[in-house]
Amino acid sequence: MSTEVRKNSQIFQDSNNTYFPEDETQISSVVKELFKKNQPAEVIGLGSKSFIGNKIQSAKKLSLSKLSGIIEYLPEELYIKVKANTPVELIEKELEKNNQELAFEPIDFGFVENGKSNKGTIAGCLSCNFAGSRRFKVGSVRDHILGFRGVNGKGDIIKSGGTVVKNVTGYDLSKLVSGSFGTLVALSEITLKVLPKKKSSNTITIHTEDKKLVNELFEKISSSSSEVSGAVYVPEEPKDDSYNQNKEMLFKFNDLKFQGSFLALRIEGDKLSIEERIKVLTMELELQNLNTSILDVHQSVPLWKKINSLELFENTKNNLLRAVIPPSKGNELIQKIGNKFKYYIDWCGSLYWIEVKSNKNSKIIEIKRLIIELGGYLTIVKKSNEFDYEETIFTIDETRLLISEKIKKSFDPKRIFNPGKMYRGI
Amino acid sequence: MTELALPKIDKKTLDKKDYIFKSLAKLINPEHVLSHKDEIKPYETDGLSAYKQTPLAVVMPENTKEVSSILKFCYEENIKVVPRGAGTGLSGGALPLQDAVLLSLGKFNKILEIDFENKCVVTQPGVTNLGLTHAVQHKDFYYAPDPSSQLACSIGGNVAENSGGVHSLKYGTTTNNILGVEMVMMDGTICRIGGKTLDQEGYDLMGLICGSEGLLGVITEVTAKILKKPQVVKAALIGFPTIEEGANATSEIISNGIIPAGMEIMDKALIEATDNFSKAGYPRDAELLLIVEVDGTESEVDVLLKDVSSICKKNNCSSLKLSQSEKERLSFWSGRKSAFPACGAMAPDYYCMDGVIPRGKLAEALLEIRRLSEKYNLPVANCFHAGDGNLHPLIMYDGADKEQFRKTEEFGAEILKACVRLGGVITGEHGVGVEKRELMCEMFNDNDIQQQLDIKTSLDEKNLLNPGKVYPILRKCAEEGRVHVHRGEEKFPDLPRF
Repeated sequence: MSTEVRKNSQIFQDSNNTYFPEDETQISSVVKELFKKNQPAEVIGLGSKSFIGNKIQSAKKLSLSKLSGIIEYLPEELYIKVKANTPVELIEKELEKNNQELAFEPIDFGFVENGKSNKGTIAGCLSCNFAGSRRFKVGSVRDHILGFRGVNGKGDIIKSGGTVVKNVTGYDLSKLVSGSFGTLVALSEITLKVLPKKKSSNTITIHTEDKKLVNELFEKISSSSSEVSGAVYVPEEPKDDSYNQNKEMLFKFNDLKFQGSFLALRIEGDKLSIEERIKVLTMELELQNLNTSILDVHQSVPLWKKINSLELFENTKNNLLRAVIPPSKGNELIQKIGNKFKYYIDWCGSLYWIEVKSNKNSKIIEIKRLIIELGGYLTIVKKSNEFDYEETIFTIDETRLLISEKIKKSFDPKRIFNPGKMYRGI
Repeated sequence: MTELALPKIDKKTLDKKDYIFKSLAKLINPEHVLSHKDEIKPYETDGLSAYKQTPLAVVMPENTKEVSSILKFCYEENIKVVPRGAGTGLSGGALPLQDAVLLSLGKFNKILEIDFENKCVVTQPGVTNLGLTHAVQHKDFYYAPDPSSQLACSIGGNVAENSGGVHSLKYGTTTNNILGVEMVMMDGTICRIGGKTLDQEGYDLMGLICGSEGLLGVITEVTAKILKKPQVVKAALIGFPTIEEGANATSEIISNGIIPAGMEIMDKALIEATDNFSKAGYPRDAELLLIVEVDGTESEVDVLLKDVSSICKKNNCSSLKLSQSEKERLSFWSGRKSAFPACGAMAPDYYCMDGVIPRGKLAEALLEIRRLSEKYNLPVANCFHAGDGNLHPLIMYDGADKEQFRKTEEFGAEILKACVRLGGVITGEHGVGVEKRELMCEMFNDNDIQQQLDIKTSLDEKNLLNPGKVYPILRKCAEEGRVHVHRGEEKFPDLPRF
């Protein structure tokens, strides 16, 4: 047995055909072997988001779960460098000690999957590039990645970026790996930009069933200089008992004065500036004419946590769609989905999470067509067991697909990493 | 002028010059194909005027279809193409090649749509950065990235270079502020990426194109995000008796959870130079001057400035002034914004660097630059986007003295290498271009560079689009020239550079 083969057989640890490399050199030698043998592998972390994307036909698995831990955290430099499979919660806890945070609010898919919180690893978070409610103000996951190290599909260890925010040295590959669902690089190390946590937060809720008004309010909020950092509409829809009607239970807060649909907007900062902003917003949004409540920090924080954990769709067995549209198209989309599905709107009118019952699969095609017509895109984040038709999970046009295939080839010419996870041929 | 290695000239292209001119004139309005030496002279160089090359021809298409047909023709005929926006770039990214068609986007100068509802502007790439803000400011909106050349630099060029500016710590650089682009690939394929939505699905091609320095595609349309102007903006002007104390205060401001909209530092040499030049009323006894700008609500801004003030006092600041009016705030900036011309007035030539360091290494970096300044016996003045660690040392020299010129280049390269050693990078906002090409090896090893070249090859397999830029031609760490300004002959003398 050659030294190389012996080394890999040690990394190759379980009966499930799963490799567990412990560092990037080991990842590199495993990938080199897979490359040589033309064997594709599913790249996995903690599996918290493994239900997203197409099923992968591969005999091998490459678990990066052993690459976990904080490498370097410099609060005054506003960055944290971690091993790629460090749990998001561990990073958040560490940042919390210095009153800092990942400003993009990582989404917790655990509740959707099995009713329990599981934010997964930072590599998984980056690979999906799904940011939480603060997205429209602070940017997405990709906007907070300063650099990475990892192994490409040929087994070469590569790096890009650094630890500083301003950096135009070479192509910005951090962006490219964000949202690539592990199809380009097996990540070993990630450097993230971190930001100070705001001292406090309040949430104004506006109680209305009038969808047109909701879109008008979204427009006014995004035109305001009051730095609203979350704007979400949770409608009382559908009036159909076959959907899990957990909304009232979920959003039970002492100061919530009204039942039914509500628009919530978050204001963050110190006490004085929150008060000032609420005053300005009251005028801008003419809140005196509407039914409103104000939630203090003790209610505001849990509300946004529930939003960013998708708890509304807890344990769902249905299809879960994620659609992003230009906010001005909100009325058209709401008219279509109206009271037929369970949904809520985030990102100040841009992002729609829509649950479609498993026996309404064909509706997904209709919704998708509409979203594309409106200039948006749709991802089928979770499929029901009855999801049985040929429909791409992601949206892409032919030209971009062609370019993406070429890029995939430049990183992973033999399609070792997650083949078919996003698109056929990638 | 420094000898610069450029891609091998393709004789076949030069031999069929007339055929190329005629063919191009059939593809677009013949008046938009320039080939006479007088016509193409203005295109010989960009903002890095130390290097000059005469292009084969200059074409000025008017629409995406024309760009596509030009690129398709060049692709089929194996002709190199160098794209060019406003030509204000400081790293030679738009430097022509003798056997290449220079594709100027100068005629793409219209804003196509102002969409306040979706908070974006759809524009052609030749519109200036400031032009975007001008188009939306009547409703109190603006486009956030603000490179110092914003009066003249084009938004397409900003995308190619991923331009930053003074406010990038809080508001990000170009890549964080655009929603979509239309681009044409080298083979003529037209591709739309993103649109009016936040993020996009699939590979983040926009993130890849942004900052790719014209090597992967030609941008023909940009959808840029616009922001509402902050309610209140105020600034503080603070002097420190030592570099260390000023540097410590800067770090402490950030570690106290304050993210200023802008935070700028100047050293003693520059305080004097700019104060002489623009009479900004700077504290001339200070070793280091700090300008901190904050925005938000009235009370928030006041609280932040109070915190900034107490941190600075704790670090023994020698003077502290808070802006009492918009006029005074702008006066704080006036000196800082005249940093480059002020250096131009002090020496026949100056040479601008663009390194980035971690904020906390500021004192170390400045002391190292001071040491190098003594070693090379050349004066240097430093300005620094302290918020994001972007350092712009300005080395003063006399280009007529060849030995001094050589020493200046060595000095510059040593500074950038020191930036990398301190945990930073060789360029924060000017780009690599031809200027820092050979220094790429300071940051990247062969694997890293090979991966980037593989991407380039996958999208431009014949290596026809802007070849010879960004990546080392010889793959050796040679030291080459940077931004040289000779006897005030800057390419754009009227543009503020900071």
